[in-house]
Amino acid sequence: MNYIDYVQLNPFQKFVYKLKSFFMAIPGALAGFFKAVGKAIVAFFVGIGNFFKDYANNFAVGGLATKLSYVIMGAGCFLNRQIIKGVLFLAMEVGFIAYMVGFGGGYLSQFGTLGTKEAYTGLDDFGMPVKVEGDNSMLILLFGTLTLVIIVLFIYLYILNIKVAVNNEKTVKAGNRPNTILQDLKLLLDEKFHVTMLAVPTTLISCFTILPLIFMILIAFTNFDHDHQPPNQLFKWVGFGNFGDIFISNQLYAQTFGKILGWTLIWAVVATFSCYILGVIVALMINKKGLKCKSIFRTCFVMAVAVPQFVTLLLMAQMLSQSGVVNVILHNLGWVDQPIKFLTDTSNPTMAKITIIIVNIWIGIPYTILSTTGILMNIPEDLYESARIDGASPFVQFMKITLPYLIFVTTPQLISTFVGNINNFNVIFLLSGGGPSNVHMYQAGETDLLVTWLYKLTMNNNDNNLAAAIGIIVFIICGTLSLITFNNTKSVKDEGAFG
Amino acid sequence: MIKSYKARRTVANTLIYVILTILSIIWILPLVWIVMTSFSGEEATFIDHVIPTSWTFDHYIDLFTNTKVFDYPRAFLNTLIISIFSCIISTFSVLMVSYAFSRLRFKARKPFMNVAMILGMFPGFMTMIAIYYILKVVGLSQNIVGLIIVYSAGAALNYFISKGFFDTVPKALDEAATIDGATKNQIFWKIILPMSKPIVVYTVLTTFIAPWTDFILAKMLLRDATDQYTVALVLWNMTDKEKVDTFFYNFCAGAVIVAVPITALFLKMQKFYVEGITGGAVKG
Repeated sequence: MNYIDYVQLNPFQKFVYKLKSFFMAIPGALAGFFKAVGKAIVAFFVGIGNFFKDYANNFAVGGLATKLSYVIMGAGCFLNRQIIKGVLFLAMEVGFIAYMVGFGGGYLSQFGTLGTKEAYTGLDDFGMPVKVEGDNSMLILLFGTLTLVIIVLFIYLYILNIKVAVNNEKTVKAGNRPNTILQDLKLLLDEKFHVTMLAVPTTLISCFTILPLIFMILIAFTNFDHDHQPPNQLFKWVGFGNFGDIFISNQLYAQTFGKILGWTLIWAVVATFSCYILGVIVALMINKKGLKCKSIFRTCFVMAVAVPQFVTLLLMAQMLSQSGVVNVILHNLGWVDQPIKFLTDTSNPTMAKITIIIVNIWIGIPYTILSTTGILMNIPEDLYESARIDGASPFVQFMKITLPYLIFVTTPQLISTFVGNINNFNVIFLLSGGGPSNVHMYQAGETDLLVTWLYKLTMNNNDNNLAAAIGIIVFIICGTLSLITFNNTKSVKDEGAFG
Repeated sequence: MIKSYKARRTVANTLIYVILTILSIIWILPLVWIVMTSFSGEEATFIDHVIPTSWTFDHYIDLFTNTKVFDYPRAFLNTLIISIFSCIISTFSVLMVSYAFSRLRFKARKPFMNVAMILGMFPGFMTMIAIYYILKVVGLSQNIVGLIIVYSAGAALNYFISKGFFDTVPKALDEAATIDGATKNQIFWKIILPMSKPIVVYTVLTTFIAPWTDFILAKMLLRDATDQYTVALVLWNMTDKEKVDTFFYNFCAGAVIVAVPITALFLKMQKFYVEGITGGAVKG
């Protein structure tokens, strides 16, 4: 559709058109994604091929220093008077070999089986029971992963060492002197400043985000559950067995998963849009021309954002409890005889769900007000002026100017709110704790989201494998959503001005 | 009778005043109620009237002196230590990462930013399970030192807001400084940082506040080590079904003590917060 056709549509048709193009874009986005992945894989193998070509070539043409550094790291530095750099490289090599021989190698060799000797209680020489330590699958998996990461790092250093040697040789051939250590350090403060800036954060993130993530992804393919707890029991690789359990083969898991997934999606849609639409309406009221005390009203709402969320949520949970203040007020007014079980009524779980959504509206509206106020004030005033002259009512102005403008500007933010709501641990956990309970669900209650189920599985039942598998599923849902909408937003943006 | 435009507008405005006033009361009432309850002098926890009949300051005193079941002062001190250390480390790492991504150009820049984006899509809780095991091996699980490390390590992934700020500082400044012979290190410390006071203040405050409001990571890592608990955990335990009857007023008092400074700070930094959440928006 041409732009000129598009602008002639009414808002509803525009919305339908956008919705249609959103779903039409899904196959394209996925295809684009797989194409990109394919390209990356090809580039990866071409890169490896080139690397080996260079690797052999450099060895063939290189001088003694270069040839030597293929075996002894840092040789290319020693022979070119870069003593400190050479010592560092050599220390890396010695350290790596010592690590592999003394520690990592052992764990890596057991990585395929995750341990074979189970701990048992045997008898010592005097016939007394004594505990014999077995293999600890958890440590094998953890240190095995660590060793793999270290090997990758070492390969990188090894390649770097050869590069340095080749460069040194080139520099000498050209009649110059290779950099001294002081010159190298100076480079780190100037041309290579990014290395200095990123070194510490990258190391921290690798240790405390990437390594744990790889570890957890691997756990999703083992049977590390409540029946297989190290150090007394072993666990082993089970391939895609956990995913199979969740989706099909284990009826209890599959039923629980289906129910929770359904509620998670309903929750994310309702929570996102209810807060958005109601928040925009309140923001419009606050920003209405000629209204006094704007800042007082705004501060009242902003207070609800400013107070730490866990405080407001715990407070709400108390206020809505059976003997809480809400029931007291309702009772005093004579509206109810029995206290209402807002969050714990097992016979009527819909009640808890609606209560949670309402409380979430209380929490969410101020966020929308905060984020849309600036945008609302940025809408060019002349648009409204000409609309008024043409005789448009406030409602028409809202539908034709305000809403399209807002939606156009805030789409990325809506998506991140949606993803945030799928992962909204705090609201559910602190408000209802996932309750009311349901005996037909495995370790979960009626209002549990995938993330709170994940939490319960690990904390209450030690089912780490299921939790990890669910984590991967959540990642796939969030990742696909972000990917599609990101691609789609770009195409909307290419259409030019807002609709 | 034909209503004039002006009269219609007055009616509309009055209606809006009424609606907004009611809404404001709904939004502010729970907060007023918790402050009121923390000063309540009632004997029983759950009473049949809303406004207490007598007032007292005892719950605040009790909170800090009666430490047998819940050691609130200890938790307060723990949280303070955690937030001071993690604030220092996180501020540096956030500013360094955002500066590097915003103003330095190097080969790995795009891939690094993509990796950071992908890491953000995993549920945060998933890594926490593994972090617990890793810290356990090192001997730092159930310990605030471990908590400090984890808070500081994860902070660098939230570089978007300060990157957005650095993006707006004119590039011409860097170029002029480079012509004058400044190294990139000097540009960062002597030119960009002094100009970026607002974002430095914002980063310091947000990283300082984070440990006070975080609940899930502390719960996951500290488990039953009650002497290492943070304020959020102590308050959560106070609302436990069996304890809430005895400790409800103390809970309110404790919550007020934490909430008042944080609320004040937030009201001060609203502007940055808004820029942060709308930063990803397409400028219309």
